[in-house]
Amino acid sequence: MPIQILMPALSPTMTEGNLVKWLKKEGEAVASGDVLAEIETDKATMEVESIDEGVLAKIVVPDATEGVKVNELIAIILEEGEDTAALNETAPTPQAAAAPPPTAQAESVPAPDAAKPVATKSGERVFASPLARRMAQQSGLDLTTIVGSGPEGRIVKSDIEAALSGGGAVTVPAAPPVAAPSPAPASVPTVAAAGEAAYSEVPNSMMRKVIAQRLGQAKRDIPHFYLSVDCAVDALLALREDLNAKAPEGEGAYKLSLNDFVVRAVALTLRKVPAANATWTDEAIQFYSSIDISVAVATPGGLITPIVRDADNKGLARISAETRDMAERAREGKLMPEEYQGGGFTISNMGMYGVKEFAAIINPPQSCILAIGAAEQRPVVKDGALAIATVMTCTLSVDHRSVDGALGAEFMAAFKALIEEPLTMLL
Amino acid sequence: MAEQPYDLIVIGGGPGGYVAAIRAAQLGMKTAVVEREHLGGICLNWGCIPTKALLRTAEVYHLIGDAEEFGLKVKGVEFDIKKVIQRSRKVAERLSAGVAHLLKKNKITVIDGQARLAGAAKVQVEKDGKDIAELTAQHIILATGARARTLPGMEPDGELIWTYKEAMVPKTLPKSLLVIGSGAIGIEFASFYRTLGSEVTVVEVLPKVLPVEDDEISALAHKAFEGQGMTIHTSATVKSLNKGKNSVTATVAKDGKTFEIVAERIILAVGIVGNVENIGIKQTAVKVESTHVVTDEWSATGEPGIYAIGDLCGPPWLAHKAMHEGVVCVEKIAGQTGVHPLDVSRIPGCTYCRPQVASIGLTEQGAAEKGLAVRIGRFPFLGNGKALAMGEPEGLIKTLFDATTGELVGAHMIGAEVTELIQGYAIAQTLETTEKELIQTVFPHPTLSEMMHESVLDAYGQNLHF
Repeated sequence: MPIQILMPALSPTMTEGNLVKWLKKEGEAVASGDVLAEIETDKATMEVESIDEGVLAKIVVPDATEGVKVNELIAIILEEGEDTAALNETAPTPQAAAAPPPTAQAESVPAPDAAKPVATKSGERVFASPLARRMAQQSGLDLTTIVGSGPEGRIVKSDIEAALSGGGAVTVPAAPPVAAPSPAPASVPTVAAAGEAAYSEVPNSMMRKVIAQRLGQAKRDIPHFYLSVDCAVDALLALREDLNAKAPEGEGAYKLSLNDFVVRAVALTLRKVPAANATWTDEAIQFYSSIDISVAVATPGGLITPIVRDADNKGLARISAETRDMAERAREGKLMPEEYQGGGFTISNMGMYGVKEFAAIINPPQSCILAIGAAEQRPVVKDGALAIATVMTCTLSVDHRSVDGALGAEFMAAFKALIEEPLTMLL
Repeated sequence: MAEQPYDLIVIGGGPGGYVAAIRAAQLGMKTAVVEREHLGGICLNWGCIPTKALLRTAEVYHLIGDAEEFGLKVKGVEFDIKKVIQRSRKVAERLSAGVAHLLKKNKITVIDGQARLAGAAKVQVEKDGKDIAELTAQHIILATGARARTLPGMEPDGELIWTYKEAMVPKTLPKSLLVIGSGAIGIEFASFYRTLGSEVTVVEVLPKVLPVEDDEISALAHKAFEGQGMTIHTSATVKSLNKGKNSVTATVAKDGKTFEIVAERIILAVGIVGNVENIGIKQTAVKVESTHVVTDEWSATGEPGIYAIGDLCGPPWLAHKAMHEGVVCVEKIAGQTGVHPLDVSRIPGCTYCRPQVASIGLTEQGAAEKGLAVRIGRFPFLGNGKALAMGEPEGLIKTLFDATTGELVGAHMIGAEVTELIQGYAIAQTLETTEKELIQTVFPHPTLSEMMHESVLDAYGQNLHF
């Protein structure tokens, strides 16, 4: 039997991905463990390895195809001794129709049934009543554009009626039958009206779409409030210089950044104020038992947040090495999903860009994100006299549903104390 | 002595009220129910339940009468009306005690007395003319129900002219009976008394019996009742009642002519009026229209914190509507997510006459009035194996589908046990199935429910057994 290579789910949330390129050609021998292709998910570029041996007989989804659904057939491997005639045993997806269609295949391909469950563009199952499905089909409504009001968001008759009476706002022309997904992004290019400035269009990557969706939702749904404190960091900078000077060469080398101290300080603060390490749900507030800190990293494609797990149990050198390594791989799009999925608290540092202070959007489902501004010399009042100090403004964005103001303030006070007296981080 | 404030006070312990209270308690609300007479209300004490007990007696009696058809020889069948009533009362008592137990189990305070609103968030309870308690609550649900409507000049006297209440506890079986009104209540009593042997006449002001049902079903019911020996006058109005010593003479107008009907007893079953009096709503913004409280889809009245459910509000006046309304109202008060208002077009209605009648959704006439194109399916009891084996060859199951979308818009049934069948179509409607899912459903053989399948098949020209 030919072996079907299906679009893998590289993370639990992945529903579709882009097939960037094939690293094996048709006809090439494949050994177990060989890298077959590169796939771009919403967060990273990943390699697909073969677990079988044989010959890559047919590439079904070509290079640079966007929006390939998880579990869609992307290639076929023939085992030793099988000839290409065996390909006919595998019912290719409609995209394979570009190849000369074997006559026997037609029967094995189920006819597209428009009344079947319709997959959303992101590949999720749409919950809709049979009646709603039929009404949507008859009126040319795309179910994926309709918000369901039934149990668990199920789309029911009244939702279809509302969509129909509400005009075109939430409706788009029905997609072609499910069995024929279009490889191009489903967005319709906007045409500039006469008189408008000309522009070029860059289709949204998976990552951009996820950022847009998640942060849009966060800013809409989460009642944010913000707490800013100024932290004097002269002592911390001196300690950093001192420690870096003592770093060994070669094995065990480190170069601590200010951010590494911030990660450690946040981890220790969360030990003292564990209630800030939480997630709001409608039913309950979930408090995390481990302290996993997401560190925002800018990449050419967008923002990603690799995680320092159990950060409160890690020393500065270890935190430094891990964040450096993950940030580097994040920029190359090579993070593993488990390296950026999860986390209970996020740090976003814009100090290196000279930003004085900013308020970040919470990274759901977490409750807090700490925005770090630049450490800069500022005039301060010390003992009733003007003085110069290196000051860093930190702003905590807080989900008021799960963390109240006093709790946020308690967190910031504890954090400030650690930053201003960095030796206490050793305790 | 002012008591601790409650989260919710329910005025009236009928099916709507006690169910609302239980749901509230489940959701953690401190809840009290004030009931002036019987927990369980009319439904349980003087309505749904005791009449079903009476009708069961009638059914068994009828079956014994047909014993020979089943190859049985039964001689000397008699009934003792006292014992028939006793059994019916016992069933009601047992259930009422059950409701008391349920409320206790849910830690709901039950207060025996007559409640009235007494200013914002306040309820005054009175018993035997004395104030016995003053309660406060953030939310108050009025669930005081309804009572029989009376006609001027034909006031029930409890002796010769009855309402449902007297009709449920007759001292003797009247030789002749005139039932005014052929809705569910009137027809159930007509059926009960006719089966036990009374001469029964039914007068209905509208052109058909069971006026809310589909024309076809009403016509079949009419024929069946006449076949049992009832006399039925439709489009007829009782002009006056003249009481004699042990009989009443009714003057009835029909087709411009008048005639007299003499009967030992009269049952007035001409609808209900809401119990809106003496509950203290006059000083509030609660609005009353033709004896019923006006509410929105969440049972809110015009007065903040005051809600109303069940027969006190708009139709249909059914216990299951009241219960569902109570649950929705309480869940909304408690801020539950995913609460949906009751869709009145999806409430089944049942009448336990012989043959039984059950329906849900649009009638064929209702669909025509709306200009809705429908596909109609029918299946007769005559074509069903189980029906014949049961000796129940009379009846019909009729289904209506939206011709465009395949939505099941209505189902109408007459025949044995149809009150137990209608829930299948209710589920189908709630889940919004089309004809397709119903056709694909496997109905067990041999059952009456197969007719539900065949009726759907017939609507789409695929019927197999007729």
